[in-house]
Amino acid sequence: MNYKYFPHTEADIEQMLQRIGVASLDELYAEIPESVIWKKEYNLPSCMSELEVRNYFDELGKKNCPLTVFAGAGAYDHYAPSVISQLISRSEFLTAYTPYQPEISQGTLQYIFEFQSMISELTGLECTNASMYDGPTATAEAMFMAVASVKKRNKVLISETVNPNVMRVVKTYAQYHGVALETILEKEGCTDKADMECKLMAGDVAGVIAASPNKYGIIEDFTGFAETIHAQKALFILNADPSTLAVLKTPGEWGADIACGDGQTLGMPLNFGGPYVGYLSCKKELVRKLPGRIVGATKDVDGKRAFVLTLQAREQHIRREKANSNICSNQSLMALYVTIYMSLMGKQGLREVNELSYSGAHYLYDQLLATGKFTPAFDKPFLKEFALRTSLCPKTLQEKWKENGFFAGIEIADGVLLFSVTEKRTKEEIDRLVALIKEV
Amino acid sequence: MSTIVEGLRYAESHEWVKVESEYAYVGITDYAQNALGNIVYVDMPEVDDEVFKDEEFGAVESVKAASDLISPVSGVVVEINEKLEEAPELLNQDAFGNWIMKVKLTDISELDSLLDAKTYEAMCE
Amino acid sequence: MKYYDKLIFELSKEGRRGYTLPENRLQQYSTDTLPASLKREAELMLPEVSEFDVVRHYTNVSNKNFGVDTGFYPLGSCTMKYNPKLNEEMAALPAFTSLHPLQPEETVQGALELYYNLSHALAEISGLAEFTLNPFAGAHGELTGLMVMRQYHIQRGDLKRTKVIVPNSAHGTNPASAAVCGLEIVEVKSKENGRIDVADLKPLLNDTIAGIMMTNPNTLGLFETEVLEIAELIHACGGLLYYDGANLNPLLGKCRPGDMGFDIMHINLHKTFSTPHGGGGPGSGPVGVASALVDYLPNPHVKKRADGTFYVENGDKALGSVSGFLGNFSVMVRAYTYILSLGKENIKMVGPLATLNANYIKESLKEDYYLPIEDICKHEFVFDGLVDKSTGVTTLDIAKRLLDYGYHAPTIYFPLLFHQSIMIEPTETESIETLDEFIHIMKVVAQEAKDDPESVRTAPHTTPVRRLDETTAAKHPILSYRDLLKEV
Repeated sequence: MNYKYFPHTEADIEQMLQRIGVASLDELYAEIPESVIWKKEYNLPSCMSELEVRNYFDELGKKNCPLTVFAGAGAYDHYAPSVISQLISRSEFLTAYTPYQPEISQGTLQYIFEFQSMISELTGLECTNASMYDGPTATAEAMFMAVASVKKRNKVLISETVNPNVMRVVKTYAQYHGVALETILEKEGCTDKADMECKLMAGDVAGVIAASPNKYGIIEDFTGFAETIHAQKALFILNADPSTLAVLKTPGEWGADIACGDGQTLGMPLNFGGPYVGYLSCKKELVRKLPGRIVGATKDVDGKRAFVLTLQAREQHIRREKANSNICSNQSLMALYVTIYMSLMGKQGLREVNELSYSGAHYLYDQLLATGKFTPAFDKPFLKEFALRTSLCPKTLQEKWKENGFFAGIEIADGVLLFSVTEKRTKEEIDRLVALIKEV
Repeated sequence: MSTIVEGLRYAESHEWVKVESEYAYVGITDYAQNALGNIVYVDMPEVDDEVFKDEEFGAVESVKAASDLISPVSGVVVEINEKLEEAPELLNQDAFGNWIMKVKLTDISELDSLLDAKTYEAMCE
Repeated sequence: MKYYDKLIFELSKEGRRGYTLPENRLQQYSTDTLPASLKREAELMLPEVSEFDVVRHYTNVSNKNFGVDTGFYPLGSCTMKYNPKLNEEMAALPAFTSLHPLQPEETVQGALELYYNLSHALAEISGLAEFTLNPFAGAHGELTGLMVMRQYHIQRGDLKRTKVIVPNSAHGTNPASAAVCGLEIVEVKSKENGRIDVADLKPLLNDTIAGIMMTNPNTLGLFETEVLEIAELIHACGGLLYYDGANLNPLLGKCRPGDMGFDIMHINLHKTFSTPHGGGGPGSGPVGVASALVDYLPNPHVKKRADGTFYVENGDKALGSVSGFLGNFSVMVRAYTYILSLGKENIKMVGPLATLNANYIKESLKEDYYLPIEDICKHEFVFDGLVDKSTGVTTLDIAKRLLDYGYHAPTIYFPLLFHQSIMIEPTETESIETLDEFIHIMKVVAQEAKDDPESVRTAPHTTPVRRLDETTAAKHPILSYRDLLKEV
């Protein structure tokens, strides 16, 4: 019966049973009603040696077909420096639990403090928590923050230009929590400000959610939004791609009260959708409504600088049903991932990533237009993602690209394709992608 | 252990009330601050907020605990004790000397259902 | 070793670089041409450091941490078992990590097959019909499961069921998840023997009850022996039973929640299925349901065709979506590696050995630590402080003193049923020698509490930092490097 993850010998088991005063392992379950005791064999594979497991996954992996990615829609193919995976694999980080004992968890607490600091730098908002699950759930929690902060208001507006995978989660959370969620119309690919103003007039709105860049990759101009929203005593929530904030106007600069989004763009592998890392930042006056773990700096009894989980009275383990969120585990190791990424890149590196993505995306945009088979879906500024209308059959086009190892052009509306280009894409790859159109 | 002040009215949820004509000052008792430990934050209502008897009007937090503040009276908040925003520890130092909110009462008869010092003291034992 | 006290920001020097990127060959395009009104103006204070600075910094930072690889981690309710290294290697295979979540399904068949196989393995182990793997963590699974519960009642047009029963011994996430889900919480008390009081439960049952959330074994590590009667009562009143899978570990090989009458449950892959906790995530909180509830699971669903291929589907009856894509995929790879490694022969030993370990510690320490409920426990148990509390040494002091001896502390002050709770969970991957050493140190600490209480009260003494000023931290929050700069 000896198995490598169980250190028990037969003699150990015997000795332990004696100490406990029972005759067998079965007797440890004697209080359980006989009718629910599982007496069969699980219908599962038999145990495999390490070699067999490896072979199994190698074979399984062959059923996947990694492609060169020219698509985004919420997950972007940015470059991951090799240092990061090495460092986050250190078992002191990897195999620790939540830092509830600060004296032996300064490693985790310190990197969370650094994570909070860096995300706050990007968003231009003072307070950031220790991470959320992903961008969509972070946005849903931002919605709850608005409802909890603005007394006696239960309505939140969300722009139709917010990415649909964020929209779906926000809608689900709103429905069960009992938030009245209303959409703001889209106008020429952007949030219709007039429609927002009209919907704010009722005076019952707690918050407004918009996105930058939006679901078409457009960098929306939010001039006047904060003033309009604040005049109605509501909060302005901006879902923003943190990588782009090295060059784009920050949520803080737009006058937003809360910023949220997905840190996946900070060099995280695509990983078939996860784990990524949600982030949530806010103005200082909202910090007590910020959900989840927050790390603060303090001193120990000897006066040494140290870090600790703070403002815990907001959280579920103390507040139970009165807590402002149910979040417990977050995506801590992924917060470390992006913290190391941001340390390596610094402000200059993050700017260059955006510069390369911008150049590649605009080159592809021009090349696609030059084929004569594409026309602009919108005439608006963009960074690394854009939508074009095509006169070709989208399915045929996608199929052609797939056969040649590309994942490009997600169809977001009839005949409208969404492309994304990151710093990983070379000019040769772009040229090849475009050349394939002629073969369709 | 904890002190009780004569002449105030008390709620079972450990708030005290001091009535001055149509106004009431509301705070937490010494027993309550003792039970909570080091208070780090007082979540207070805003001026002009309506409060209702037996309903929550805020919360007090220590490092590892939090307790809702239950209003012993109904009325409109006319003032809050802003000192507590910067120095919540005042509640630990002198719970009876530091009120949390001043309320313009809408129903003075509600006071009758509150406890007197003796009854409250007995309850805390 | 010298104490390392630097933040990465403090290593920064203008002009240093920690990256290389390809040269921009398309310089005719530049963000300079973006309208000024859309561009960042504020200074971006990120560190400027070399690659080696980063490596050395985070290596030093990691040395201030304690993981399950460092030492025994008897943290109750957290199931800190060994995290196999093979899991990590499989999760890092480029054939999985490079996949975009929206790639055409024919190019991600391996990933979908893994998702499908893992969800079906979990269904077999739990006795439920089907699992979604989309939820990101245990609490997220609870929320998802409660949404299933509500969706079930809503779809039947039974709109008045808005209350959920939660035992007073429940994990804090239970009532918090219920509140997020828009449910009202009704608390049911525990009896002297630590189990749900069925007599207290009965009067709470009516047609406004959506269901009950139970943890079994409960947070005292005790099996809810009246679970069948409770299931019958809840079902008879029209409600559903939710199983909090945080404590599933001791039941592996011995019983299945589905067989006890549970309709919905979540599993913490980062507890029972050996994936690392990562300092607080990423976890994974799959949710399983009985066959009548399958359609309500969140979108997207992974399904299998008759020809053996897999596809992704979005159903109309689904509760909605709780994740951007298909959840924490690489955590699933780890959990499935674990299941394949153990196989049916060894998975069934997980529960009994975890239970054996817990009872062994409990029996060995009950003369020194007060055991409020004398009973065979499952994977964990709870002491209520020292037997001899005369010197005033508290549970917190004991926890801190254990750090000096190279142990992680147990879970403390939870459950709330006792004032001085010490909750110990050893898991099945610890040897009798490790347990004996821990038992010995627990006895040493109990003795110190009598002979030299001051040394326990002021512990820890040998950790990288000592007890922290948490009051000032909460009163004047310093939450970023910028805040810290303002302090100086």
